[in-house]
Amino acid sequence: MQSVSRPQRHDPAPSRWSYRLNRLWLTPGYRRILRLGFPLFLMAGAAAWYLSDAQRLEALRDSYAEARRAIEQRPEFMVNLLSVEGASPELAEAVRETLALRLPMSSFDMDLESMRRNVIAFNAVADADLRVRTGGVLSVQITERVPAVLWRHPRGLSLLDADGHMVAGTSDRGAWPDLPLVAGEGAEEAIPEALSLIAAAAPLEERLRGLVRMGERRWDLVLDRNQRILLPEKYAVSTLERLLALSKGRQMLERDVTVVDFRNPRRPTVRLNRNAVLELRNIRDTDIGAPL
Amino acid sequence: MTDLYQSQRAMRRMRKQAMDRGVIAILDVGTSKIACLVLRFDGADKFEGTDGVGSLAGQSSFRVIGAATTRSRGVAFGEISAMQETERAIRTAVQGAQKMAGVRVDHVIACFAGARPRSYGLDGRIDLADSIVSEDDVARVLACCDVPDYGSDREMLHAQPVNFAIDHRTGLSDPRGQMGNALAVDMHMLTVDARSVQNLLYCIKRCDLELAGLASSAYVSGISALVEDEQELGSACIDLGGGATGLSIFIKKHMIYADSVRIGGDHITQDISKGLKVPLNTAERIKTFYGGVMATGMDDREMIEIGGDTGDWEHDRRTVSRAELIGIMRPRVEEILEEVRVRLDASGFEHLPARQIVLTGGASQIPGLDLLANKILGQQVRLGRPLRVQGLPQAATGPAFSSAVGLCLFAAHPQDEWWDFDIPADRYPARSLKRAVKWFRDNW
Repeated sequence: MQSVSRPQRHDPAPSRWSYRLNRLWLTPGYRRILRLGFPLFLMAGAAAWYLSDAQRLEALRDSYAEARRAIEQRPEFMVNLLSVEGASPELAEAVRETLALRLPMSSFDMDLESMRRNVIAFNAVADADLRVRTGGVLSVQITERVPAVLWRHPRGLSLLDADGHMVAGTSDRGAWPDLPLVAGEGAEEAIPEALSLIAAAAPLEERLRGLVRMGERRWDLVLDRNQRILLPEKYAVSTLERLLALSKGRQMLERDVTVVDFRNPRRPTVRLNRNAVLELRNIRDTDIGAPL
Repeated sequence: MTDLYQSQRAMRRMRKQAMDRGVIAILDVGTSKIACLVLRFDGADKFEGTDGVGSLAGQSSFRVIGAATTRSRGVAFGEISAMQETERAIRTAVQGAQKMAGVRVDHVIACFAGARPRSYGLDGRIDLADSIVSEDDVARVLACCDVPDYGSDREMLHAQPVNFAIDHRTGLSDPRGQMGNALAVDMHMLTVDARSVQNLLYCIKRCDLELAGLASSAYVSGISALVEDEQELGSACIDLGGGATGLSIFIKKHMIYADSVRIGGDHITQDISKGLKVPLNTAERIKTFYGGVMATGMDDREMIEIGGDTGDWEHDRRTVSRAELIGIMRPRVEEILEEVRVRLDASGFEHLPARQIVLTGGASQIPGLDLLANKILGQQVRLGRPLRVQGLPQAATGPAFSSAVGLCLFAAHPQDEWWDFDIPADRYPARSLKRAVKWFRDNW
């Protein structure tokens, strides 16, 4: 008798469910979700679960910081030397003290901008350029201020540069014989004008003693023999040039005058010395020929 | 009539949807194999046709991206006889094609060979209201065709207007806008057995697919195997399939007759199996390797090992000469061709101008078939292979795939059928808004 259950031949046809699953798998949206969205979701979930523990998070942060430290401490990034260029030895020493770097130091730990601000804070420094050069050298390139005038003020003497900026204090006028002297209240505000006046007063160079700022608005030129030239507020330089031209022709300043008042350029006034006044009277009387 | 009309309209909508989505499947449910092709329609780079090259019948607008063939199960004479088996075979084919294409297809256009197709020629005639033919007039003339009583168990598969005539001018393909007093139409209607169609629809529905069109396999293999001038001048396409032989006659690029003979290649195999006492698959192998219909002297000497695995040495070492094999096959092939001849005679094929006959389908690959057909059908017989379409695998370019390829062309460029035209306004339900609109338009 033939057996009822014959061995089943392989049926190539997919079952209804496998056919449906196959079609579902070929649906683009479903496929995208399963192949991209689901793994992403799984990974995000795993990461969230891992980070939900504070201790693990702390350990993760520590190891990150350590790795960062290790990289920063590599010899390639270490600064071993500080070189200060373009400054006088005293200034260079002062800059070194201010920066107070504990070398060697990683260049990642340096705040070059704040260091630069510290260096610029020195009066004598006009500009500073900080760079970490190859070979682990921090180079500070300093442009010093050049003193242009001496400024006498109630607290003593100071050196100012051409912009009126304080360079240093000094106690000895004799140490800076070639610098002109300025004084008076508010003189440091108008140093550029003072310098141009000094330049304009070059013919009087031997006689010039200094400039005095009057009432924070105008300059007086002080010459030797107690002579004073009072200059106006505006057009002081051109007025001075006119006056010099005038004095060159008439030798006005060589005469016995105390004050040449050019505050009103249209009406220059001259104050004579006491002796000169008497002498003038004598001469006038003599001219008239009638003694008093 | 109305519900079929509606379902055909629904299928057209489905086809439109599939075109918008760009992917559609082709399913050829045959007796020996089930073929599934997946087409991708990309409207972007349309081939416009250059000098000397026509529009290529629209096959440049799509590309075959998936193809699968499976041995058919549960189909006999081109009709479904075992639903579950057929459903599984369809699933296999569709899944294979989907796998190759890498996309999911939801819409399918199917064709089948059997279900006893029957052709009817209809005509209708109306008097035109105003002397210019409008869309509505075309719809009206189509609606007034007197439909013969084809039986309650049959359904309309194709209903194509073949010819329009205005007054005494006939042979118009598009009468719209022309002037005249009366409009007449000739229509070709193909009805099939309703139950077979219902079975197929059910199987496709069970595979989670939406049907976007249904065609007779004789018609679609004619589309792909006949060249353009043959379709124009009147020719017959004979699709020698596994279980049924389809026959379609074309003139002026319209099918005017279709029929099927319920004998096919499987019957030849059965004859061999019976005659040589071998199993069916051995018989099939012998038929494909050594088969023929014209015997020569050489064939007497060519011995074929027919084999067997009974364990009996004598029985397993049998040989048969090729002449004997031809002797078994030839009467059956002759019978098929005689049957076809009868149908051709009944259709009035001899009155057509060209009378070209094209043999296609899997069984047309029998060597010497064209010589035999010359004797039975007439002198103008050639073997036809389907048109080349883009992306079709080499394995699917043989004559066995002419109906599948034809279905691709059908999907790309379906012919206007009855249900593609508007429903005439007086057929609408009495309270329809469209009817009210029509009344307004006519009266103001």
